[in-house]
Amino acid sequence: MTTEAAVPTEPKQAVNWSAIRADFPILDQQVHGQPLIYLDNAATTQKPRAVLEALRHYYEHDNANVHRGIHELSNRATNALEAARSRAAQFINARSADEIVFTRGTTEGINLVAQAWGSKHVKAGDTILLTEMEHHSNIVPWQLLAERTGAQLVYLPVTGDIGLLDMNRLDECLTRKVKLFAMTHISNSLGTINPVVELCARARQLGVTTLVDAAQSAGHRPIDVQEIGCDFLVLSGHKMCGPTGIGVLYGRPEVLEAMPPYQGGGEMILNVEFQRSTWKQAPHRFEAGTPDISGAVGLHAAMDYLEKIGRHNIAEHDQELGAYAYAKLTRLGQGIRLFGPHIGRAGLVSFRLKDIHAHDVVTVADQRGVALRGGHHCNQPLMRKLGVESTARASFFFYNTTAEIDRFVEVLGEIQKFFGVA
Amino acid sequence: MFDDLSDLYQQVILDHCKKPRNFHELSGATRSAQGHNPLCGDQLKLFLAMDGEVIKDISFVGSGCCISKASASLLTEAVKGKTRAEVQKIFEQVHEMVTTGRVVGDVGKLAVFAGVHKFPARVKCAILAWHAVMAALQGEGQPVSTENDET
Repeated sequence: MTTEAAVPTEPKQAVNWSAIRADFPILDQQVHGQPLIYLDNAATTQKPRAVLEALRHYYEHDNANVHRGIHELSNRATNALEAARSRAAQFINARSADEIVFTRGTTEGINLVAQAWGSKHVKAGDTILLTEMEHHSNIVPWQLLAERTGAQLVYLPVTGDIGLLDMNRLDECLTRKVKLFAMTHISNSLGTINPVVELCARARQLGVTTLVDAAQSAGHRPIDVQEIGCDFLVLSGHKMCGPTGIGVLYGRPEVLEAMPPYQGGGEMILNVEFQRSTWKQAPHRFEAGTPDISGAVGLHAAMDYLEKIGRHNIAEHDQELGAYAYAKLTRLGQGIRLFGPHIGRAGLVSFRLKDIHAHDVVTVADQRGVALRGGHHCNQPLMRKLGVESTARASFFFYNTTAEIDRFVEVLGEIQKFFGVA
Repeated sequence: MFDDLSDLYQQVILDHCKKPRNFHELSGATRSAQGHNPLCGDQLKLFLAMDGEVIKDISFVGSGCCISKASASLLTEAVKGKTRAEVQKIFEQVHEMVTTGRVVGDVGKLAVFAGVHKFPARVKCAILAWHAVMAALQGEGQPVSTENDET
């Protein structure tokens, strides 16, 4: 079968990364008397001036409630919301804006599918297939669904510290009993980039519905839902330069249109009587209540911004930063345990310093201006499997520099000294 | 420039973190309680051997950050030989100290935890063992979690 090779063309050009860094006012500050080095981008990214300006412009000029309004501002707000929907469709190469549902973020997108699609299609005895590297947000909604329906959860295993999916186990896990296969595109705790095109193709051969969690990938590389071949894809605006509180659920039109509503309320109905109602078509059927209009406006600006830099450029830079950091950290030798693939990793590194707890690492790093994250990264089952209770993580975005990574690694050396481990 | 850090990680804390005291299971324990911080995965288990109202012996096992390990270690030294009522009073003093930085009365070596209040994210690490010992004394069978309580 053929898929349209339709990643929007972004001609390769030399990017002035230091000029781009200047677009992010928040990065220019000191924390605890040290220059801020923000390496917690997998949790949330910072916002460029273009996004902040878009939010401000919307509230200063166009703010009103959407749809049904007859007046000028309501028209403008409606147009802004729908323009953002079209932009999102183009950004992930959906065929139409009708395939784009606005959500609060990835978590709500997954819950929406688990409730609206899951309650209709999943029965007792069915299987929901996940991978061992899923974020809690791609585990717990399926557990709730399994409890409601009597379905069972099966996990495609991860191969130890190197953090790859065990593709040798795929046939055994992906059977005709599987109703849905939900997988992360990029692991937030390992930096693994999963072969989602292949996984979705294998699922499709068996008629298994697929959901791709693109929270960690959407801001970091081109996303093409037609090339991936998934039924659902979810993402969060705030992890890709957009505001918090807005996200996207993509659904293949046949699948979306056959789904019952998620929440009831205004905006999603055609006609309401005292005893029953009829609903709008997708995507509006899934957007009860006043949507996050300014969030959509901000997300629109974020997508424009990312595309201006070029997502191929971002992906390349991201991998360079990840590889650079990984190579520097391996030089710490026995003093460090690194998680995730040796090559082809995304722009994040997850590690444990020998004999130093991740929270102690993060506390001392913070005092030196370096923002890291330490903990289970919402991957408790994976952490247990790897035999650790937590890791420390540095996650990069295109505004980070190799000089910042140098300083981060230097700080790790200082932390080892501080705790008398080096 | 690292004054706050040395406030948090005082030498006594670093020492107890590296060489925790009373760090073993206790045969002959009459009570035990678990402490769990789900945010970072810290797990502590305390063992108490009571003689009436008095803690005759106490030990702990588990894994955690420097602050939680040192806190448990110093706790075992501070409460050994104390009565239930005395431990309750120390708990209140420690709680006040790690949340506000105010040292009320003589808390002995435990004063090294006064710097913790400047690190709100780490207060739970310092107080975990204390919640566990209170649970053990009250004979509550349920593991205590840092997430069931304000601090």
